[in-house]
Amino acid sequence: MTATTPAPSRRTSRPLVVRAKPLRNRRSVTLTVLTALMLIYTLLPLAWLVINATKTQAGLLGSFGLWFDGEFALFDNIGRTFTYGDGIFTRWLLNTLLYVVVGAGGATLLATIAGYGLAKFDFPGKKAVFAIVIGAVAVPPTALAVPTFLMFSDVGLTDTPWAIIIPSLITPFGLYLMWTYAADAIPDEILESARVDGAREFQTFFRISLPLLAPGIVTVLLFAVVATWNNYFLPLIMLKDPAWYPLTLGLKQWNAQAATSGGEAIFNLVITGSLITIIPLIVAFLLLQRYWQSGLAAGSVKE
Amino acid sequence: MKVTRRGTVLVGAALSLSLLASACGSSGGDSGGGGATTASAGDVQAALDAGGTLTVWAWEPTLKQVVADFQTKYPKVKVNLVNAGTGKDQYTALQNAIKAGSGVPDVAQVEYFALPQFALSKSVTDLTAFGADKLEGTFTPGPWNSVHSGSGIYGLPMDSGPMALFYNKEVFDKYGIDVPATWDDYVAAAKKLHEADPKAYIANDTGDAGFATSLIWQAGGKPYQVNGTDVTVNFGDAGTQKFASTWQQLISGKLLAPITSWSDAWYKGLGDGTIATLVIGAWMPANFETGVAAGKGKWRVAPMPQWESGGKATAENGGSSLVIPEAGSSKALAYAFLKFADVDEGVKIRLDGGAFPATTAELNSPEFKDKKFPYFGDQQVNQVLAESAGEVVPGWSYLPYQVYANSIFNDTVGKAYTGAATLAEGLKAWQDASVKYGQEQGFTVK
Repeated sequence: MTATTPAPSRRTSRPLVVRAKPLRNRRSVTLTVLTALMLIYTLLPLAWLVINATKTQAGLLGSFGLWFDGEFALFDNIGRTFTYGDGIFTRWLLNTLLYVVVGAGGATLLATIAGYGLAKFDFPGKKAVFAIVIGAVAVPPTALAVPTFLMFSDVGLTDTPWAIIIPSLITPFGLYLMWTYAADAIPDEILESARVDGAREFQTFFRISLPLLAPGIVTVLLFAVVATWNNYFLPLIMLKDPAWYPLTLGLKQWNAQAATSGGEAIFNLVITGSLITIIPLIVAFLLLQRYWQSGLAAGSVKE
Repeated sequence: MKVTRRGTVLVGAALSLSLLASACGSSGGDSGGGGATTASAGDVQAALDAGGTLTVWAWEPTLKQVVADFQTKYPKVKVNLVNAGTGKDQYTALQNAIKAGSGVPDVAQVEYFALPQFALSKSVTDLTAFGADKLEGTFTPGPWNSVHSGSGIYGLPMDSGPMALFYNKEVFDKYGIDVPATWDDYVAAAKKLHEADPKAYIANDTGDAGFATSLIWQAGGKPYQVNGTDVTVNFGDAGTQKFASTWQQLISGKLLAPITSWSDAWYKGLGDGTIATLVIGAWMPANFETGVAAGKGKWRVAPMPQWESGGKATAENGGSSLVIPEAGSSKALAYAFLKFADVDEGVKIRLDGGAFPATTAELNSPEFKDKKFPYFGDQQVNQVLAESAGEVVPGWSYLPYQVYANSIFNDTVGKAYTGAATLAEGLKAWQDASVKYGQEQGFTVK
């Protein structure tokens, strides 16, 4: 940090000393304003969503977007969201939960085991594995969706839940994160002493390493949950049958309905559905915030 | 029966490129269709008696009731009605399934503009084998021509969209504007309205391929000529010029609301008087009733404005057919469903659900024509709409890759709507891009 103030021209032989001020609890108006702006910017869409979820379809189009309409229809909207189209929304919600629990849960488990193995065991070809994992992190999942679709359709798995769950099990970034986290969080000495005491490798992993890895696991889990919960492109390609849709696709279908002739415009249900969709994610973040923060920072500082 | 929103879907663009190529590669051949699929009315009846399961991909809301009644009438048949996406999303899914060779539905909804693409690649069944050619006269000429490709019939028309002028009478009366009879009147009305109320516009348009081609169609333009795999794209003809010069006046005068059709802002604008008219297909009343509650009693329907005064020409806008994919498993049963939905009982069921028919019998029935619409101030709107159905300019055809062509409309012609180019320049760019793509797909394009 260098503070440069244009020195007033003075006739002096003394060299100008620029002193770096220590970082202390100094209030900066600029930063506070910027942070406040950022906060508003982030919360505005959320506020919009909450406000507009309380409006009827007619009220939605006939009132100012950022304030409430006369009629408070939130509970009616929620009720209709869950009953519209023979209650298909509930089905989509359960589908999403299935994909998240099995897909993201499995992805976290696999990433943890693999990351731990790669961090703590030496074997030939480890560098090649490293290169592949790093390379895989760089490939966006979107680019793989079409080849995956063609492969899955060859084995007849498209239009089934497996088409979403199996690709969701792979998380190169999660693996990499667990790898670096395990390398730092578990001292080799502990493993050594466990081995000397006669513990088998699985025992060591479950009894000793797993608790040490907890913050990292939560971080990876959150990443995987968010990615799977918000997954849109893969289901879009893989699924035709709305009975297997996750919420993302289902809401899109409801939205698209307004653009079909004879289709009923149900923007109010799309908005209410969106609100219901994001609530579980918000809850997950708030509950796991503590772990998540410590996990995120871990590995970035070497003690 | 829908107007596809212009938003392009990534998948569509990415997949259709490669899929079309392979589909068209195997297309060259006789137009007689596979002899193996020849079937008679007896086969269709036998299939109904034997029963089975049908998978139908469609997004049209009234089909739900049609399926229910079909299953009641034929208890041995189980129909799976699947909404596999709307418009372009579904075509992409259908192309994928055909290419992959699995998961192909037995029946699919395909809009008229998209049908040539499936017909030319022979990925849908020629229905003459089932005697569809004997249905001549059952449907109005517009949709009936649309399901033809060469000598084959590749779908049965489900609905139609002869165009008409929907206008907000309240706004017109307020500013003393007469219902425009010609497009010149329409431009004059646009100026008068926008001067009187700077917040009100005669129409909204941010570039809509389906609308532009329909207006060119009405003006007598024939920019697309298709003969097998020989294709001509030419936006230089007189009809296209008429459209371009008239619409350019509206764009240059900033007389069009910058609102995209089918968006929430559009529904809002139709309700609050921001958008004063809508020139669109005859299937629109149902959407008005459910989507524009605020406009109840304000809107009326009039014949489409004309390019020449005293004319009666109209065009089709939207509308769709039901087709039987070639890879489907039970075609005779599928045809039985098509006939039920599009020719027999289904027509009435869908009519009651608010759909606009493609069949001449229903269009001419007094019950249909004299129906009063409370939404439109008790106007008998079907009188206007049915008349429009009989005046559709003949001889129009779409490209065998119109889905792709429409998807690039906004990259080319769309620039004209933002003022970055003229409409004529935009159309030229669209023509060039369409020619180039067609050549890449193996068509002979001029």
